[in-house]
Amino acid sequence: MSEIISVKSLVKKYDNDFIAVKNLSLKINQGEIIALLGPNGAGKTTLISTICGLASITSGSITVNGLDVIQDYRKTREIIGLVPQELALEPFEKVINSVKFSRRLFGKKNNNEYIEQLLTKLQLYDKKDNIIKSLSGGMKRRVMIAKALSHNPKILFLDEPTAGVDVELRKDMWNIVKELKNEGVTIILTTHYIEEAEMIADRIGIINNGELLLVEEKNKLIKRMSIKILKVRLKKRLKKIPQKLAKYKLKLIDDGNSFNYYYNIGKEKTGITSLLSDMNEIGINLFDIQTEETSLEDIFVKIIKD
Amino acid sequence: MNLRGIQAIYIYEMNRSFRTLIQSLVSPVLSTILYFIVFGAAIGSRMENISNVSYGAFIVPGLIMLTVQMQSVNNASFGIYFPKFIGTTYELLSAPLSFVEIVIGYVGAATTKAFSIGLIILATSYLFVTINIVHPFFMVFFLLLTCISFSLLGFIIGIVSDNFEQLNIAPMLIITPLVFLGGSFYTLDMLPPFWQNFALLNPIVYLISGFRWAFFGIGDVPILTSVFFILLFTSICISIIWYIFKTGYRIKN
Repeated sequence: MSEIISVKSLVKKYDNDFIAVKNLSLKINQGEIIALLGPNGAGKTTLISTICGLASITSGSITVNGLDVIQDYRKTREIIGLVPQELALEPFEKVINSVKFSRRLFGKKNNNEYIEQLLTKLQLYDKKDNIIKSLSGGMKRRVMIAKALSHNPKILFLDEPTAGVDVELRKDMWNIVKELKNEGVTIILTTHYIEEAEMIADRIGIINNGELLLVEEKNKLIKRMSIKILKVRLKKRLKKIPQKLAKYKLKLIDDGNSFNYYYNIGKEKTGITSLLSDMNEIGINLFDIQTEETSLEDIFVKIIKD
Repeated sequence: MNLRGIQAIYIYEMNRSFRTLIQSLVSPVLSTILYFIVFGAAIGSRMENISNVSYGAFIVPGLIMLTVQMQSVNNASFGIYFPKFIGTTYELLSAPLSFVEIVIGYVGAATTKAFSIGLIILATSYLFVTINIVHPFFMVFFLLLTCISFSLLGFIIGIVSDNFEQLNIAPMLIITPLVFLGGSFYTLDMLPPFWQNFALLNPIVYLISGFRWAFFGIGDVPILTSVFFILLFTSICISIIWYIFKTGYRIKN
């Protein structure tokens, strides 16, 4: 995949000397969905703001489609759509007029057919003549997306698109994002919801304190960082872990009736076979076994803490 | 140049006025009619002519100036402040629009509205008084330039304001007194000598004088001085806006 956004050594310092982004470099490929995870104030929105032109750059450079976002701002902004975190809409305007306004701001000719298709896709067509203030929060969120897509952008920034929306709408949003990806749109998503990143992202970037801690393909990250737990329920209670099994770093639970074994699925050998063999050798019989997998959330928490 | 972008802002702003037609048009025209009735008909009928111009006709340029200046400032300041207030400036800043194009859109719409209201008030004044405009070209020139310069001022006020109170402070506490004391209803020579000199510090004096000269061929100050002042005022406003956009002051993070 070719690179569509390149952020090099980006620093963003605010007037109050707060450094929101610290020497951050990131490459985003065309057509991918990248989820930027991070706690509040991590610098996710600031990063997006500098790419989209809402915030000035203290140092470093950003290119979009090979063009500098400051020198060639017209060409770079033409292919970017932005859905900000806050529901910011002109309350007294009709939905369709608001979407058409956004399209014209980007220098595009009015295209009723495209706008109507877009509103239909976002399930807004029935509401096209409604005044925005009469819409529900979820519908307003859809209007924001319609406005961001009104000029047919190649890149879409979604800043916490499902913050505060119900589960059903969140799933609808995920479907919309997946559809856009299928149409070739590159999507950069910031979110608090790990589940969201897990469901739709191709790559995950973790930001904390203005620094990009890692960027990795979601599946590889989960595989690399995932710790699985093998829960072994014993036929007879153990007072302590026998010496023979010490190397497995088992953790006795349930008053000695079970133990947990932690292993990494990313490694070549999990050690399960040898554990079971050693148990058999010293006469420890198991009653039942089950496994549990760590989620992306556990990985996220671990990376942030480390 | 992103002409469609400019057009989008311009049309959007004009539509906002049509949505609030009573506030945008009826209200200023009604206020001016009341001024005509009170100052022109009631009080004016007992006043002497000023430089062979009836008092009712004499106040027409001042009344037009009073209204267009307030309208220019109010329309432009609200036009840019409202998106700031509701958070939609992100759309302007993330669009392929230069700062000049944004200003043209907002100031252009505010100027159009104020200029139209000025012409409507002029037309209305013909219902009450007889006016022969001596320099119609200059009248239009002065009216247009005043609308542009005060719309630029309004744009600045809209950008620097943090709340609606601040948005109204400059028009109410600065511009209104300056317009009233700028010779809207009298000539400077009607003031005591000290206040005549003091009034010359008021920049609005030069605008009203120039506008009145376009109407009747008479003014408190030479016409070139008036032209110089209106151009100076416009240049100062443009410079401030240029600085605001260059630095992102109160606009960009």
